Amino acid sequence: MEVAIVALPLLGALIAGFGNRRIGDLAAQWITSGLMLITCVIAWIVFCDVTFANHPRTVQLFTWFATGNFKANWALRIDQLTAVMLIVVTTVSAMVHVYSIGYMHHDKSVPRFMAYLSLFTFCMLMLVTADNFMQMFFGWEGVGLSSYLLIGFWFDRPSANAAAIKAFVVNRVGDFGFALGIMGVFMIFGSVDFNTVFAATPGQVGHSFHFLSWNVDILTTLCLLLFVGAMGKSAQLGLHTWLPDAMEGPTPVSALIHAATMVTAGVFMVCRLSPMFEYAPAARDVVAVVGASTAFFAATIGLTQFDIKRVIAYSTCSQLGYMFFAAGVGAYGAAMFHLFTHAFFKALLFLGSGSVIHAMSGEQDMRKMGGIYKLIPTTYVLMWIGNLALAGIPIFAGFYSKDSILESAFASGSVVGHYAFWLGIAAAFMTAFYSWRLLFMTFHGKPRCDHETLHHVHESPWDMLVPLFVLAAGAIFSGILFVHYFVGGHAHEFFGSAIFYGPENDILEKAEQVDEWVKLLPLVMGIAGIALAYVAYIRKPGVAGSIARAFGGIYTFVFRKWMFDELYDLVFVRSAKALGFGLWKGGDGAVIDGCGPDGIASATLAIAKRASKLQTGYVYHYAFAMLIGVVVLVSWYLIGTKL
Amino acid sequence: MEIGLGHYLTVAAILFTLGVFGIFLNRKNVIIILMSIELLLLAVNINLVAFSHFLGDMVGQVFTMLILTVAAAEAAIGLAILVVYFRNRGSIAVEDINVMKG
Repeated sequence: MEVAIVALPLLGALIAGFGNRRIGDLAAQWITSGLMLITCVIAWIVFCDVTFANHPRTVQLFTWFATGNFKANWALRIDQLTAVMLIVVTTVSAMVHVYSIGYMHHDKSVPRFMAYLSLFTFCMLMLVTADNFMQMFFGWEGVGLSSYLLIGFWFDRPSANAAAIKAFVVNRVGDFGFALGIMGVFMIFGSVDFNTVFAATPGQVGHSFHFLSWNVDILTTLCLLLFVGAMGKSAQLGLHTWLPDAMEGPTPVSALIHAATMVTAGVFMVCRLSPMFEYAPAARDVVAVVGASTAFFAATIGLTQFDIKRVIAYSTCSQLGYMFFAAGVGAYGAAMFHLFTHAFFKALLFLGSGSVIHAMSGEQDMRKMGGIYKLIPTTYVLMWIGNLALAGIPIFAGFYSKDSILESAFASGSVVGHYAFWLGIAAAFMTAFYSWRLLFMTFHGKPRCDHETLHHVHESPWDMLVPLFVLAAGAIFSGILFVHYFVGGHAHEFFGSAIFYGPENDILEKAEQVDEWVKLLPLVMGIAGIALAYVAYIRKPGVAGSIARAFGGIYTFVFRKWMFDELYDLVFVRSAKALGFGLWKGGDGAVIDGCGPDGIASATLAIAKRASKLQTGYVYHYAFAMLIGVVVLVSWYLIGTKL
Repeated sequence: MEIGLGHYLTVAAILFTLGVFGIFLNRKNVIIILMSIELLLLAVNINLVAFSHFLGDMVGQVFTMLILTVAAAEAAIGLAILVVYFRNRGSIAVEDINVMKG
């Protein structure tokens, strides 16, 4: 049964991928979606068995490779942590598969799209079920590949190709850190198996190794290297630039990969490696600071963007920051909880915005929308649910998970914890603001689109709306139903040994006992953000523009995404291009070709040309040469005999 | 004054030198080159005959007869080539014959 969870998506991918045009669009859609739905059902059964019956297990499949001491197995490690990821991945993936049937029916290459989606799901499931670092790396690279393929799905658009390449390259930076981390783990522990490494981790506390002229702490270094991988995949500050550009891909892809599952792989990895991070407090502080900074930074950008998908993309980036600083202060349960709820409501928001884009004939700019809530009421209501959950309004899922994160950050009591808490509060305010800004700009006010588009606005077909209802149910109920298991009283039993809390880590207990105002503050901030958005975009529509003009410099700075793209372009892209150009022209062209093939060829030619000048073609010159030859030969002979 | 071997050899040497210069200094006509070659061969013939007489060995004179035959054949072939060449190229000036120029 466990094997079926990973095998069925792969089967779907193979059938749709290799069948392609032979099996046709309809067959590819129904086969992949059907298999995903079956997988989803199995995943829920396994989830109930693993968590509620407390029955974690590891299924050994077969040996991947064994060279000397280096062994890696294919295995499915299904503990509570994996079980949570399994239902998140399979549920969202199944919904996205079904949604894609409607959303992509105009497209020319539907089977390819469905095959990529299933391939992605397979890789993601391999990642979360990994029982050693190598298999995790396999899944990690697999989702990177599928992400690349799906971002660049519309390969006839230059912008999509550029975004796909950008995503791949930026992820390479992170993966480099991850790979170094894995090598370091193998060097120190002599194994890449999770159980072996985790068992040996306490023995390495305080040890350091010598690197260049420094003595660096082993666990801190390893955790930081692994975290670099997580930063790349989860689009954290510095390595986040690929995520907004990834919105070039079709909207279902954004919902599945760039909101719900792949980008949360970094959070999952940190939680999975909690036995290591618990012994590396310095690394955890870095995680918390990076997470909190990202939460704040991405939210500010979200305030200013006009592309509906980009707003949600920056929102995703920001919410991932929340998850990281939760893990950074030691509240892994809260991080996983937010991951779990976020997957539902963010997938809902993305698919809902897909529904809007579908209705608006492909328009993504919110400045050209407006006033369509009467025309697509179902989508409108669903977007409200998604945004309520995102803003953290009670009953909705985000309220519970975001509150538990902020309470944990406050309860940790450290400087880093407070830094994270206050930035998180600020981000919560901005989250509410940009969410309602999105709602108001998209659905309210006067229609700003042209007449033709407005005439075509229509509610999406049922195969697109049903997945939205399922996700909306998740966005409403996943918080209230699971809060006790993830962070509440049952947290320790729920996760069992899957998440390791250090001996002095009692963050979950402390988070329960924070002051009342800490619990209320996120909600107050959320409501304030909504109110401000209401004033700025409904009551006095001119206000937003005049504020933006008043803070011209800052606004432009934020609107241009804190100049990250420009900075990277200047520092890395241009210099890399200049270096490449220099090496091409100078190194390869001038030196290697100049001294090598081209040089030898032209030298030969020059010598031959000069040699051919000797051939005058005049008979008497040849005769003269013969005569001289004879004279030389004779004199040589005579001199020779004389001596 | 009795004419001795030295005189013959001197005449032959002068003839040979004339022939050589005839080849190298001549820029006009290929026929002159042919004639110069003839001159070279005759100079060698005089040497052979003179030495043959001086040494009392008939082989030298037999050789001379052979060389005369070869020279005649060579002159015939050379002139034939020249005639054909003239038909093709319209010139037998030495400057114009440089097809083999590199």
